Amino acid sequence: MSQENGTLIKVEDLQVTFTEPGRTVHAITGLSTEIKQGEVVVVIGPSGCGKSTFLRTLNMLETPTAGRIFFEGQDLTSEECDVNVHRQKIGMVFQHFNLFPNMNVKKNMTLAPVQLKKKTQAEADERAMELLRRVGLDDRAGAFPQQLSGGQKQRVAIVRALMMEPDVMLFDEPTSALDPEMVGEVLDVMKELAKGGMTMVVVTHEMGFAREVADRVIFMSEGNIMEEGTPQEIFEHPKCDRLKDFLSKVL
Amino acid sequence: MQEWFAEIAADFTQSFIDSDRWKALLSGLGVTLLITVLALLIGVVLGVLVAVVRSSYDQKKKKGGLLGVLNTLCYIYITVIRGTPMMVQLLIMYFVIMVSSTNTMLVATLSFGINSGAYLAEIIRGGIMAVDKGQSEAGRSLGLSYVQTMRFIVIPQAVKTILPALGNELIALLKETSIVNVIGMKDITKWAINVQGRTYQAFMPFIGIAAIYLVIVIVLTKLVSLMERRLANDVTRKRDSH
Ligand SMILES: Nc1ncnc2c1ncn2[C@@H]1O[C@H](COP(=O)(O)OP(=O)(O)O)[C@@H](O)[C@H]1O
Ligand SMILES: [Mg+2]
Repeated sequence: MSQENGTLIKVEDLQVTFTEPGRTVHAITGLSTEIKQGEVVVVIGPSGCGKSTFLRTLNMLETPTAGRIFFEGQDLTSEECDVNVHRQKIGMVFQHFNLFPNMNVKKNMTLAPVQLKKKTQAEADERAMELLRRVGLDDRAGAFPQQLSGGQKQRVAIVRALMMEPDVMLFDEPTSALDPEMVGEVLDVMKELAKGGMTMVVVTHEMGFAREVADRVIFMSEGNIMEEGTPQEIFEHPKCDRLKDFLSKVL
Repeated sequence: MQEWFAEIAADFTQSFIDSDRWKALLSGLGVTLLITVLALLIGVVLGVLVAVVRSSYDQKKKKGGLLGVLNTLCYIYITVIRGTPMMVQLLIMYFVIMVSSTNTMLVATLSFGINSGAYLAEIIRGGIMAVDKGQSEAGRSLGLSYVQTMRFIVIPQAVKTILPALGNELIALLKETSIVNVIGMKDITKWAINVQGRTYQAFMPFIGIAAIYLVIVIVLTKLVSLMERRLANDVTRKRDSH
């Protein structure tokens, strides 16, 4: 599974352009990077700089205009590649949870692994309960999403993605839609995951989380990586003015 | 007063009882209901197909290709059907397209089904589009295919929002079938026209069938709102369960 140098995702000269009537947006402008097995990468940057687009392109929810994305050595952008198969190995957590309102918590979690024949219903049920216990929600297995608080919803969304036993987890501002008192419970789950060795790419404005958990912080500006380094380097010794300016606003 | 009642009773007997006219009325009712139900089935199938083509085309980044051709065909179908009167469509189907067919039931159900499909397609498409985009993204991000995501996640949520519109379409369909006598079918409207021609009584047969249409529509309306409440209750009941 891991490549010889432990690279899980390799992004080569990625470009994403959105064309709408009368408007062309260059959301990602030739971005290249690598994400290693077990690495926790935090992506920061001002609103509209392309963080979500970058993350969403990693599992092909957005289609690259140019460039290539390798996941476990497979080129996701090639015509022959069955993206559905690779998406099973790439978990994604959204800002607005996106739980399925027509199913209870357990069904939200077991639908995909059972339909995709990763697990039998019994195995999936058992694994779901195990994961729910781990995030302190085993008593909510029969509840429907609309009965849960924001923090509970996001914890369910995280374990729903984990049900597919992914090799990497992508988080797009997982705590931005939460009331402040619920941010902690979601970040705690993410810290646990990181500690357990999960490869993670996290877009967030939680700088405390970045300092504590990130192996590498990427600062994006205008659709590309402007500066990157350890949390120490990025937060204590920022080099470019844009980053200094950004940090002065968020810290 | 008594005379008046006696007259009414005589009219009633003449219109509904004499010459076993009630039997013809029952068979007319069967024709009306059968066309309605079969046409709705054809309409739903056509509607879902067209709606899925149209909404997946809308979501696609790269336009053109086979899907583009299908989308254009669907667009023409919807525009033509919604832009011409039902009676004209029925006449064209009977006298032009299926001129060799003597099976008027087939002609009528196809005509009404094709007509209904065009309206249902837009209703169903609206329902699909109304489901938050994040829902299908969540499904796809788990590795589910487009069809699996539609089937388990999007369509079940869309059905809830389109149920009232579906009920309205069924009711509109029922009432529109009253024109099928132009191709010689003996539905309840044709029955009333016949009775009026034989007995020279207009009041009883026409008010009579109006009452029948009305009763069916009221029953259908009740059924639809009952189903709506069931779906809504489903959520409340589940909400209470924890
Ligand atoms: N589906 C889309 N269609 C058109 N423009 C888009 C779309 N998604 C994002 N954009 C544009 O791309 C740019 C980057 O957006 P995004 O990746 O969401 O930024 P961020 O997550 O950093 O706030 C923005 O200018 C945004 O308006
Ligand atoms: Mg964003």
